[in-house]
Amino acid sequence: MSNVFILADFSGDKVSKTTAQLATVAARIGDVTAIILSANGKGDALASSLVGPISNVVIVESNDFAQFGVAACADGLGQLVLERKPVALLVASHAFGKEIAGRVAVICESGIITDAIDVASDLVATQVIFGGSTTVHSKVSQGCAIITLRPNSIEAKLDSATPVIEKTSLTINESAKKANVNSTQPPIKGGRPELTEASVVVSGGRGTNGDFSAVEAFADSLGAAVGASRAATDAGWYPHSHQVGQTGKTVSPQLYVACGISGAIQHRAGMQTSKTIIVINKDPEAPIFELADFGVVGDLFAVLPKATEGIIARKS
Amino acid sequence: MKIAVCVKQVPDSWAEKKMVNGVLDRVNVDAVLNDLDEYAVEEALRIVEAHGGNQEGGAHSVTLISMGPERATEAIRKALSMGANNAILITDPALAGSDALLTSKVLSKVISDGGFDLVFCGTESTDARMSVIPAMISAQLGWAQLTFAGSVEVDPSSSKVSITRVTDEGVDLMSAQFPAVVGVIEKINEPRYPSFKGIMSAKKKSIEIRDLASVGISAQKPWSQVIDASTRPAREAGIKIIDDGSASEKLVNFLAEKKLI
Ligand SMILES: Cc1cc2nc3c(=O)[nH]c(=O)nc-3n(C[C@H](O)[C@H](O)[C@H](O)COP(=O)(O)OP(=O)(O)OC[C@H]3O[C@@H](n4cnc5c(N)ncnc54)[C@H](O)[C@@H]3O)c2cc1C
Ligand SMILES: Nc1ncnc2c1ncn2[C@@H]1O[C@H](COP(=O)(O)O)[C@@H](O)[C@H]1O
Repeated sequence: MSNVFILADFSGDKVSKTTAQLATVAARIGDVTAIILSANGKGDALASSLVGPISNVVIVESNDFAQFGVAACADGLGQLVLERKPVALLVASHAFGKEIAGRVAVICESGIITDAIDVASDLVATQVIFGGSTTVHSKVSQGCAIITLRPNSIEAKLDSATPVIEKTSLTINESAKKANVNSTQPPIKGGRPELTEASVVVSGGRGTNGDFSAVEAFADSLGAAVGASRAATDAGWYPHSHQVGQTGKTVSPQLYVACGISGAIQHRAGMQTSKTIIVINKDPEAPIFELADFGVVGDLFAVLPKATEGIIARKS
Repeated sequence: MKIAVCVKQVPDSWAEKKMVNGVLDRVNVDAVLNDLDEYAVEEALRIVEAHGGNQEGGAHSVTLISMGPERATEAIRKALSMGANNAILITDPALAGSDALLTSKVLSKVISDGGFDLVFCGTESTDARMSVIPAMISAQLGWAQLTFAGSVEVDPSSSKVSITRVTDEGVDLMSAQFPAVVGVIEKINEPRYPSFKGIMSAKKKSIEIRDLASVGISAQKPWSQVIDASTRPAREAGIKIIDDGSASEKLVNFLAEKKLI
């Protein structure tokens, strides 16, 4: 059976949900080897947290990964790909994952496909492009098939993994040590689910006028993540890390609720493929209504609190 | 300092885009300068302006580099009118529908032949939306990668460049010696509007056109290929109600019907 690599994805020192999704897709193609790039002494703990159909784990420990960032991680991963020649390498599609994938493509002279929502056993990747208007099937035709998978696009198999664990060491090339990471400030995490991992996202825009309390309370009644339009993040009403859209996160949840958001093309680009979309907006002409499965022309400060109460009442 | 800025012409975000034989139709569509690249042009200009400016014959210059169809000169003129000195456009029939690896090879070759200290890029092109080219150029050249920059500081006397990298992973302070590839996010600045004087002088600025042979790269098979493309059905029109006081209840009922609560 052919060998497929996934780059294990972590948020902080916890394995992210995306790792099991990568493993699930990779297992259709062949035997899955999860690569863990970690700081010295941290690899075993990370390996024990893995779930999903993973047969092998390769741990590479080096403090260069934190010190030299993306370039060092890609250099290590690229060395493993060159040496062990997997048919494919699957990586999570976020800023860090895509940059690593890009650099590995250069190192291994391989094609790269980003933001796939699915990959079939014959390595054909499915992408949704142009703001959700077009579906594309594509394939890597030379080298290792390097594909980044958009988080939450597929249902993960959560089998407990009992992989064979191997530790290996390698030397990071000097050319990958050109940029220094001098300090790192991790993101401040709230109690709510991660935006890109949540199955429900409730977002607020300029219509909140800076008051996100109604949006947050409604989100909490649904166990949802909170998102924001750029108008809201630019105004400083909500952190940039919560921005949904072209220059923010791309989300594709089961349910997306847009409150006080007009529906600019750049916002749509980040939420258009959500399964069900609910809109609350005062302006009946707002373009976001074109996407709505259920649209309310109304004031979010009137509609949301009552809906929040209604949901809580149903649950009890 | 010699700074290069990679800029791309892309279809207008609102324009209807079509795939023809697996390649985006870049001819019959309204095209603009990738708006995320305007931030890269702006940042490069601010840096040279902070160190004496980029007047002809001076110590600093900003050169635009673009790969695309011949009509990409339209987008390049816009970036020239913001204040860049000159431009290089790589255009060749063999490059139509290029993939990321070939794009990174071509841009890197032109950059390394140009003797630049710094290369600025946008975070993503609004058509491809890959966000990989800056990292790939850095890997090709073996230059420092300083991407997702929310702020940039350059000290020409010590050839040092520092950024704050802003991503989901948090905020990193990073630094490197020249030469480096800097990718900027759109929070970094507010791009200027070209002045009338800028627009007039841009008409006289040089756009050097190169084909693949003059770049020194031979035509190559793509490393990744589109098999097919199909238009997705438009979302079906949904329910739209005007709130008369009962909208909240209807909304909760809708959620229940869809088994979302
Ligand atoms: C390069 C670039 C990148 C961009 N990237 C992004 C991105 O990633 N994400 C993003 O979101 N935007 C992005 N934008 C910005 C985008 O173009 C819009 O400006 C932005 O999305 C508008 O945000 P908004 O819908 O909250 O504000 P507005 O367009 O001002 O809309 C506010 C809406 O709220 C409604 N409203 C007001 N009060 C109420 C109320 N009490 N109750 C109900 N409704 C109310 C109004 O009717 C209106 O429709 C980008 C722009 C550029 C140029
Ligand atoms: N064909 C191109 N010509 C010049 N610059 C490009 C080209 N493609 C991408 N870039 C640069 O790379 C950045 C990221 O693009 P992408 O990886 O395609 O999303 C863009 O913002 C540009 O600065």
